[in-house]
Amino acid sequence: MVRYLVRRGGLLVASLLFASVALFLLLRVLPGDPANALLTVDATPEQIEAARRQVGSDRPLPEQFVTWLGQLVRLDLGRSFVSTLPVGPEITDRLAVTVPLALTAFALAIVIAVPVGYLCARWSRTWYGATISALSQLGIAVPVFWVGMLLVFVFALRLRVFPSGGFPRAGWADPGAALTALTLPVLTVALVMSASLIRYVRSATLDVLHSDYLRTARALGASSAEAMWRHGLRNAAGPVVSILGIELATTFLGTVVVESVFALPGLGSMLVKGIMQHDYPVIQGVLFVSTVTVLVIGFLADLAQRLLDPRLRRASSGRSR
Amino acid sequence: MTRRRRSLVAGAVLVGLLGAVALLSLLWTPFAVSDTSGGRLAPPGGAHLLGTDRLGRDLATQLMVGARIALLTGLGAVAIGGTLGLAAGLAAGFAQRWLDDGIAATLDVVIAFPTLLLAMLVVAARGASLGSAVLALGLAMSAVVARLTRILVKRVLALDFVTAARTSGTSWPRVVAEHVLPNVWPTLVVNLALQFGLAVLAEASLSYLGLGPPPPNQSWGRMLQEAQSTVLTAPAGLVAPGLALVVLVVGANLVADGLREVADPLAGRAS
Amino acid sequence: MNLLTVDMLTISGTDGRALVSELSFALSPGERLGLIGESGSGKSLTALAVLGLLPAGLRASGSIRLQPAGGEPTEVVGAADRTLRRLRGRVATVVFQEPLTALDPLMRIGNQVGWAIRRTRGLRGSALRDAVLSALAEVGLDDRIARAYPHEVSGGQRQRAAIAAAVACRPALLIADEPTTALDVTVQADVLALLDRLVADRGMALLFISHDLAVVARVAERVLVLAQGVAVESGTVTEVVTAPDHPVTRALLSSARQLDAALDGRQP
Ligand SMILES: Nc1ncnc2c1ncn2[C@@H]1O[C@H](COP(=O)(O)OP(=O)(O)OP(=O)(O)O)[C@@H](O)[C@H]1O
Ligand SMILES: [Mg+2]
Repeated sequence: MVRYLVRRGGLLVASLLFASVALFLLLRVLPGDPANALLTVDATPEQIEAARRQVGSDRPLPEQFVTWLGQLVRLDLGRSFVSTLPVGPEITDRLAVTVPLALTAFALAIVIAVPVGYLCARWSRTWYGATISALSQLGIAVPVFWVGMLLVFVFALRLRVFPSGGFPRAGWADPGAALTALTLPVLTVALVMSASLIRYVRSATLDVLHSDYLRTARALGASSAEAMWRHGLRNAAGPVVSILGIELATTFLGTVVVESVFALPGLGSMLVKGIMQHDYPVIQGVLFVSTVTVLVIGFLADLAQRLLDPRLRRASSGRSR
Repeated sequence: MTRRRRSLVAGAVLVGLLGAVALLSLLWTPFAVSDTSGGRLAPPGGAHLLGTDRLGRDLATQLMVGARIALLTGLGAVAIGGTLGLAAGLAAGFAQRWLDDGIAATLDVVIAFPTLLLAMLVVAARGASLGSAVLALGLAMSAVVARLTRILVKRVLALDFVTAARTSGTSWPRVVAEHVLPNVWPTLVVNLALQFGLAVLAEASLSYLGLGPPPPNQSWGRMLQEAQSTVLTAPAGLVAPGLALVVLVVGANLVADGLREVADPLAGRAS
Repeated sequence: MNLLTVDMLTISGTDGRALVSELSFALSPGERLGLIGESGSGKSLTALAVLGLLPAGLRASGSIRLQPAGGEPTEVVGAADRTLRRLRGRVATVVFQEPLTALDPLMRIGNQVGWAIRRTRGLRGSALRDAVLSALAEVGLDDRIARAYPHEVSGGQRQRAAIAAAVACRPALLIADEPTTALDVTVQADVLALLDRLVADRGMALLFISHDLAVVARVAERVLVLAQGVAVESGTVTEVVTAPDHPVTRALLSSARQLDAALDGRQP
């Protein structure tokens, strides 16, 4: 396990380094000087020169990269070209919207998907089981933003029980307003995500239900509930946990569109704005923070899976092939 | 007819139907795409089957053109993602130690960027166009396909009969042709059909954010975005493009589900 | 009085096709019956039907009665799961064909055997631990195996562990569904000898399933030959081997002879 931790941790660090290089290069190969964000169309050569000096794009690439890495290590994400405010604190502000949105939606999706997926598998030979899984099939085909728009139409415009969008200016200082502002977005993300989760839970459960070891347990006298509890849960958890890691990562970043539907000041909308304005420090900063989050989630999901499955643990000493 | 076969047929019918609409839109549409003669926000019915948008353009026409864009994006992305992904995945599947680790880590990082964000970056670089969308979605997909291929290849290579073939001195190309590809492609095809649906959804999101193919070629995502601003006066505009998206993606997923019948016996052997 | 009475058992598939037709046989306590037939002839389904564990979608009709010594007969076909649960393990249990998948990959072998013992004998704590170790010792496995996960031990050891779990329940009837087919020839002989000894020691009845007449001949007294779900021949091993009636039996016999010849030819 320790060896694995070292190896997987090394991989994590390498991935982070790779991601920062990739991010840096990706943005430098984009056409157009980052300094353009500061300039108007009729800028004089002197103004251009000054702007390039200000954003650092006059220096050679390796030097820019080292500067950037140095800042990263000090957790300094630079200043926005457009607002000239530091990027880091703005990201923190926006995480206060995105993190609760993503985590609540994620938790709600699990709460919906695990029992429904399980029952779907148990009832797979009945018409109601088939109906639920057909509905979840339908659910994964529905665009998130459309679900959001339909919910807005029904609950905000017709029933007027929730706001159609926006976030209180006071933020979490006004918890009631913040909560009602996030209700529909959370519901939107959770509904769409649970549709895909249900299918994973269902297929993992079906695998277990058809497994020989479950049959062995039954032949030795276990009731199906008992066999499911003793053998099924852990066996089904493995594949589901690895999917959960991916799903959490996607939700965290996949809130972009939902934030746009509900006009929420989250990380996603910060990125969209950054891209529209060619605001490089903002783009880099947001992408860096999201990448770190996603890679760390992946790391944790891998560890969790390894703890669940002894067959994976063995592979730490040697190669699996 | 088995359930899977029914899925395959139903899915093919749905996708085929939209394919026919897309083809038809090349020859004939009720109105020209940018014809604004219909008057603003005409209700559904009469000459304008689905009504008009806030500029007076015919929504049925836009829906037909949107089918073309959606299918083009999906097919283009699958072509790019499938080719690149299979190549990279095969290479990684056969690679050893550090090279394999390197490729796997690279893929993990690329996959860590959600498709949509990657697409947004490409759009920022190349400008919003159908080409940008297809390229971006194809690239994002190739990482997913590569990772799947790598896992499948590794699994096949670990099988007893493949190990036997390898130790008995069968050449690499023959191992790939006789053991690896036949075991890999069924699962891959199923996955590509699913990826097609995901690409269509991603393009819709991109268009919804205003980063998709520019007007006058309305994609379904953009239609929805415009419908959102007039939802109070013309809520009907929300319905058709959303349903069209669902139909196409459900169709693709049904096809994938049906194809599993082909994949299953082989996948069973590979597990 | 019979321990197991199968009467006109028919198992039909999802499409209504009969996979096993009108099968009848009986087994008295301590008796050993071999059930042989080609692959797909319905042997495993018969075994599962006896425990009421047919896969979803398959239906049994006819009658299967289990009657432990000194107990009332219980009808298995159509019985509620609660009723069947009392029979499984204690009255009859199965050792399955595939040692690779028959054990839970995520649970230590000792725990899996232990659960069976706890359920049937109600042991707890250190008494349970001792019982597990002695159950494993009985099948020739040491306490290292108790702590191992299934993937960490060989196929033969896994099959022994599965046998240990089944036998530890002290069933009146042990159904062994091709317990040696997936194993190496030399390991096969060991496992077979082990089964033979355990069944004799405990006075268990044995329903031994195989497609290999030579193997059946070593552990069973009587055989029943199944072809495409229909019983085509039955009798003592000697009868069937010396005067096979049905072409299927003759085919099974000749392949057994070839194997024997091959084995003999190898002997010095
Ligand atoms: N779950 C199922 N659904 C439908 N048909 C099944 C199912 N399980 C088995 N069958 C069919 O029932 C028949 C008998 O199967 P069974 O497993 O009893 O064969 P077997 O005699 O044990 O063969 P083998 O020696 O290969 O184990 C086969 O034709 C098989 O295809
Ligand atoms: Mg069998």
